[in-house]
Amino acid sequence: MSYPFSISAHDMEEHLVQEDKTPVLRFITCGSVDDGKSTLIGRLLCDADLVFEDQLADLRRIGIRGGNGEEIDFSLLLDGLEAEREQGITIDVAYRYFSTSKRKFIVADTPGHHEYTRNMVTGASTADLAIILVDSRQGMLQQTRRHSYLASLLGIRHVVLAVNKIDLVDFSEPVFDAIVAEYVSFSAKLGFASITAIPMSARFGDNVVLKSGQLPWYEGPALLEYLETVELDPADKQRASRFPVQLVMRPNPDFRGYAGRIASGKIAVGDPVVVSKSGRRSSVRAIIAPDGNQISAAEGEPVTLVLADELDVSRGDMLVDPASRPFVADQFQAHLIWFDANPMLPGRSYLLRTETDSVGATVTALKHQLNVDSFVREPAKLLQMNEVGVCNIMTQRPIVFDAYEENRSTGNFIIVDRVSSATVGAGMIDFPLRRADNVHWQALDVDKAARTALKNQKSAVLWFTGLSGSGKSTIANALEALLYTCGKHTYLLDGDNIRHGLNRDLGFTAADRVENIRRVAEVARLMADAGLIVICSFISPFREERRMARELLEEGEFIEIFVDTPLEECARRDPKGLYKKAFAGNIANFTGVSSPYEAPEDPELHLKTVGQEPATLALQIEEFLRRRMEEKQRLA
Amino acid sequence: MSFDNLRYLESEAIHIIREVAATFSNPVVLYSIGKDSSVLLHLAMKAFFPGKPPFPFLHVDTLWKFREMIAFRDRTMRELDLKLIVHVNHDGIDQGISPFRDGSNVHTHVMKTMALRQALDKYRFDAALAGARRDEEKSRAKERIFSIRNAQHAWDPKRQRPEMWRTYNTRVSAGETMRVFPLSNWTELDVWRYIQKENIAVVPLYFAAPRPVVRRGTTTIMVDDERMPLEPDETVTQRMIRFRTLGCYPLTGAIESSAATVPEILREIVEARTSERQSRLIDLDEAGAMEKKKREGYF
Repeated sequence: MSYPFSISAHDMEEHLVQEDKTPVLRFITCGSVDDGKSTLIGRLLCDADLVFEDQLADLRRIGIRGGNGEEIDFSLLLDGLEAEREQGITIDVAYRYFSTSKRKFIVADTPGHHEYTRNMVTGASTADLAIILVDSRQGMLQQTRRHSYLASLLGIRHVVLAVNKIDLVDFSEPVFDAIVAEYVSFSAKLGFASITAIPMSARFGDNVVLKSGQLPWYEGPALLEYLETVELDPADKQRASRFPVQLVMRPNPDFRGYAGRIASGKIAVGDPVVVSKSGRRSSVRAIIAPDGNQISAAEGEPVTLVLADELDVSRGDMLVDPASRPFVADQFQAHLIWFDANPMLPGRSYLLRTETDSVGATVTALKHQLNVDSFVREPAKLLQMNEVGVCNIMTQRPIVFDAYEENRSTGNFIIVDRVSSATVGAGMIDFPLRRADNVHWQALDVDKAARTALKNQKSAVLWFTGLSGSGKSTIANALEALLYTCGKHTYLLDGDNIRHGLNRDLGFTAADRVENIRRVAEVARLMADAGLIVICSFISPFREERRMARELLEEGEFIEIFVDTPLEECARRDPKGLYKKAFAGNIANFTGVSSPYEAPEDPELHLKTVGQEPATLALQIEEFLRRRMEEKQRLA
Repeated sequence: MSFDNLRYLESEAIHIIREVAATFSNPVVLYSIGKDSSVLLHLAMKAFFPGKPPFPFLHVDTLWKFREMIAFRDRTMRELDLKLIVHVNHDGIDQGISPFRDGSNVHTHVMKTMALRQALDKYRFDAALAGARRDEEKSRAKERIFSIRNAQHAWDPKRQRPEMWRTYNTRVSAGETMRVFPLSNWTELDVWRYIQKENIAVVPLYFAAPRPVVRRGTTTIMVDDERMPLEPDETVTQRMIRFRTLGCYPLTGAIESSAATVPEILREIVEARTSERQSRLIDLDEAGAMEKKKREGYF
């Protein structure tokens, strides 16, 4: 397409060889809404003669702007979704592929709208260069700064500052200079390798494909010329060999190979390798590539490695050079970008995915949030959508990684919500935290089995959940009295009491509620380890945290008891006068009134309290425990 | 990346195909017999060498495919010894749905979209690999490589997951399924260059030959069987034609061409002034036609 008509056979051959050899430049366009990103790409493609005739005809048919009725709206070439055309904005990334005689390009046209920042980040994670647009009339906006910051965070090294709509400020050099000066000073801390500023009008095509006569004072290249010639960082930087195992291949009993894509470095037959998680050593016996066996393979190649020894290797592990190993840890610091409308809550359990590994993970500390306008670190308790924070993260078992700065492939991860399965965040790992390595579990001679045997009981955590005033504490109290008379060893953890001591520092925001439950669950676990029957009475409104408490304990140890009382009945009882205050608007974040309650979906016991005496309900629970104990003795 | 662009694309696609095998319990390949499907099949064979692809191939047959396509399908599957599932929407057959009588919209909805939904539900596939490319159409350009569909198989462009690096979120909740497009970053030219480089067999209809056709409006329709009703003023003539894309024969326009070999096709693409899907009637029904179909569960 990029070629003049009628190519000689020789030129054609060359053209196709060229197609395959020239490096691909992956770039994104970003900046604020209405800065003209889609228009710029549309104009670039049209002026460079890279748009098919039927698509151009289509554009002429649907894409006439209001006003003079003559002018084509180039943005419609990219904004392919109906909602985008209706609203005149870009919602999601559009990928376009084009090539000129000098280079191949993949451009991700990414949205400017704040709400869709996650889609901008999607485009940026694989890009080499970012075109950041600024409207000449407006200068730098918050999104200009945010996108520049995100581009830098994701490892983009080269930036084109496209000072657009220069026609609307009379092609003014001082306006251009002022914007460039402001940008250069702003971005000094971002560490870009190069910033190239170009004044342009995407709408009229000035300095897009051809140099504009309207801007005689500008001496640099037009955008396309720059994109065709910009030198990227050399790819052959010598890096340690990393082979994340994607899939174990066992097509027949005689063959066991590990499939994956080499994340960095080289691997050759005979090379020694270490399985990073176990530290076991072997060497490469064969490399099977898509076209057959090879003696070596380099970064990016999808190969299957056969090792000289039978080792235990599975997906999520990494085969590496013994002389240069990645980190293996379950605690690390990372920069986290949050995408979801539900905020990131420290203490909540999420799934963390690296390229090939998947593991439960928790943010143990949100150290600070980064203000993208001032680069100031600000204290924060949670991360809202589109915010960036620096966090300590703990995973349920160790993962293998490098620092993102060292390796974009092995230093990244995404965060997945356990319930919705949505990708809610993405992270770049900074470094492992040492504390995990230095604190080892101390094995003790007297264990839980010994302690429960002495008490002639089975430890349990009876977790009461329900609205305030539903009757949890009353039933819990009756139950403990009943168990005591039966000679059982118990302890009752009550929400209000705990907040007088251990959790005195916590409030009632979502983040604090998560932390409240996390601490209580840890205490309950210690008490269960001591052999006690622990009765916990907490509103515990979120399913996630009850699940977290359940996962801390052994199978069958956590018994969820839903104390189910309708809100109206709770409000009528109002034992502490809280509903009265909440309805009057005097208590913020009150469960059931101004904060949600997520009822259990599948509790072990579901108690409906209306018309029931607490003593009867307590007997019902005691009966449940008795059957459970009999079951244990029968099995023993 | 130090190696050639085609090898880069091949590597990316193999990685994606393996990722599906590693993380889904019951994946399938949507095999539509076209050139992209042929490339996808070839890549799947490479991805699991020396083993075989650990999933079946599904062809949703509308019973209006070119006869040469069906012959090619059966031969390919037999030669490679792969598991093929053919699914036809028999409700549509009972209703007598036809592209001529009911138009492209109804035909496609019933015989392709509904049929695909039936097949995915029937076999409980949780992931379906397909050969769609982002350069085909504007709404495709917006789609992720791992594209989540709800329990009704609908695509919601606003609910797409951020897709970063090569770290894919392959987790689906109950009832949801995934469509996966390993050729997302390929162009029509890349596909043909790869066919040339790897010597991949494709349906002969892609190569120019004299074939019986009817001109209908601006479209050239090949008369593939006796089911094609002729208007009073229409006559069937022999023309040198080929297809850039293959679908149901009454809905797929041919192009006049003399390109009978892969190098000639490559030349034609490099010089082409019109897009590949220009002759696909189903894209042209209305603005946003493809997006609408995908929202309903079209792949």
